[in-house]
Amino acid sequence: MLRVLRQIARTGIRTEPAPAPAAEMVVVTRLQQKILKTLGRALAIRQVDAGSCNGCELEIHALGNPYYNIEGLGIRFVASPRHADLLLVTGPVSKHMAIALQRTYDATPEPKLVVAVGDCGCSGGIFGESYASLGRVANVIPVDVAIPGCPPSPMALLQGILAAITTHAAEPDAGDGTTDRGSPVAPVESGEATS
Amino acid sequence: MDLSRLGLAAAALPSAVPARRCPVDSIGLLTACRVSWEQGGQLVALWGCDERDRDRGFSLNVVLQDADGLTLLEHTLPSAESTYPDLAVVFPAANRMQRAAFDLLGVASEAEDQRPWAWQASWPIDRYPLRRDFEASPKWEPGQEEYAFVRVEGDGVHEIPVGPVHAGIIEPGHFRFQIVGEKVLRLEERLGFVHKGIEKRFEAMQAATGHRLAGRVSGDSTVAYAWAYAQALEAICAVTPPPRALWLRALALERERIANHLGDLGYLGNDGGFAFGLSQFSRLKEQVLRTNLAAFGHRLTMDFVMPGGAARDLAPEHAAAMRDECATLGREIDVLRGIYDEHDGLQDRFRTCGIVTPALAARLGLCGLAGRASGQARDLRCDFPLAPYEALAVRKAAADAGDVAARVAVRFDEVGESLRLVRAIVDALPDGEVVAALPEPPAFRKGLGYVEGWRGPVLVALECGPAGTIRRCHPHDPSWSNWPVLEHAVIGNIVPDFPLINKSFNLSYSGHDL
Repeated sequence: MLRVLRQIARTGIRTEPAPAPAAEMVVVTRLQQKILKTLGRALAIRQVDAGSCNGCELEIHALGNPYYNIEGLGIRFVASPRHADLLLVTGPVSKHMAIALQRTYDATPEPKLVVAVGDCGCSGGIFGESYASLGRVANVIPVDVAIPGCPPSPMALLQGILAAITTHAAEPDAGDGTTDRGSPVAPVESGEATS
Repeated sequence: MDLSRLGLAAAALPSAVPARRCPVDSIGLLTACRVSWEQGGQLVALWGCDERDRDRGFSLNVVLQDADGLTLLEHTLPSAESTYPDLAVVFPAANRMQRAAFDLLGVASEAEDQRPWAWQASWPIDRYPLRRDFEASPKWEPGQEEYAFVRVEGDGVHEIPVGPVHAGIIEPGHFRFQIVGEKVLRLEERLGFVHKGIEKRFEAMQAATGHRLAGRVSGDSTVAYAWAYAQALEAICAVTPPPRALWLRALALERERIANHLGDLGYLGNDGGFAFGLSQFSRLKEQVLRTNLAAFGHRLTMDFVMPGGAARDLAPEHAAAMRDECATLGREIDVLRGIYDEHDGLQDRFRTCGIVTPALAARLGLCGLAGRASGQARDLRCDFPLAPYEALAVRKAAADAGDVAARVAVRFDEVGESLRLVRAIVDALPDGEVVAALPEPPAFRKGLGYVEGWRGPVLVALECGPAGTIRRCHPHDPSWSNWPVLEHAVIGNIVPDFPLINKSFNLSYSGHDL
């Protein structure tokens, strides 16, 4: 125990200041004011890998390290879409993940935000659209902010997430998505807590 | 393996690791597999290719590895109705590869298990994407398939379905547990959710730029894949990159190993209920990635390895920074290893959890890091050392216990060795160019690339077409061999230990699903 405490004391605080939100990343904005009013700065994120190469996931993981300390900003990753305010989705959306992604989106309570991550999430990237890939996330669910990069750095991810929650809704429903926002909530698979 | 004793003729195959190709009929295919198995060989990869444009029907390609190197068995199937013998009777890992080969190309094995593997109802079941006359229709909607899981029946037995969307930040896949109380009786995996058509995508690319896609087959192994791809193309073109480029590639590969092992060591601590480990190791990993960004221009070193060499040189100040970093990291990791080893709660979770015995590992073909933790002492850097590894005398990590603790110990040992290698590489980096020009690759020539990534050996099989195109490229992840072993590792363990066991293997979904 003493060694653990000594190591903690020796390491000190490595957390760096958070970046300013990047206005140019805002693709569509909606409902942020409502989230701020309801939740203050706290934000619950459900990450969904909808087909990525796992490079984006590595950088999303990095957000939790002491340098970026995302929980210190009042942002945490949650285990169920039912607990989430924001979906952080990596792509390209594989056809095999399209239904799971749609259900995750439907299971997320309103008001909700969607942030598409990475070149593939923004445009389909190197994988593009094919018999197996639906390309960008916005082809499947409505997207509020898209963060380019292959993969985006943790700082870019933070900027994008902060942009999503701080930018005011100009056009709450700019027709970017292809799906019906009013679709009823579908049941999700049970037993997600074991992995 | 002595192929001549089987009456088979072999020819040399362009490859950095010793390799040969050998045409076989269906009896020869099965016999060669059996003989290889009896002599300690393992299955590396299996894939199919549409050769009807050259009036050769379809080809089935099987790569075996033994002490002599790689053997590519090439079996011709005259038509789509022809079948080939079930190789899973010799190498169990062949089961899923055969099913995926059918889903993508429409040539079937004679195996009893004909359930789909890569296919999940998102395209018509009688259309095969890797056929050259395949045309995707925009009308095809994402579908859902009823997969025939094997069920366990009996008093108190119930089923837990998990995924494809998991509770953490991990890739998607489905796990079906059959349990009684908390004890796992059986786990069955259903993968394929991140199938995004990588092999078909390769065929629309030029060979000279295919390394970018190869580097995105599994993002955590981008250096290993890009290097294996580059090896294959360089072998086809008969070009050797300049020595400095090879040393820089090894530098990037070892740093990829260090970064991934550090990340895993943190998460293994966290999954064992020791959050301190995650914050400490993720801090160290971040330092490695930041040094990568400064030195290579990319935190994960994507697109650094390219055909012919490396995309950029290493500046002396970055070499010096890496040398210093090794010293600091080495000290920090020693402290943390001591803390992990002496932490009763953590060791209680790690030891005897998720055991794969050496005998089971050998039977199922467990490879890479997980294999070395179960007595399977194979490491390409030691067994077939290429430049610069031939000059570095890599020490192979090894353990026999086959539990989570052993996989943790192998990671610690390998991080230590990779830190030594990074130091040795920056100290002895040869001078000179970092890239050699590649000619247009000759058409219809096959080549193999084979690199020991952090997870295990990564194979890239490449065949070029006319005018520098890619005719067929099959990237093969070590996860193909290791995913089925995970199903065995969890038997008899409790459900809450699954995340820990799964993390201790840390297999790739994207690299497997393609």
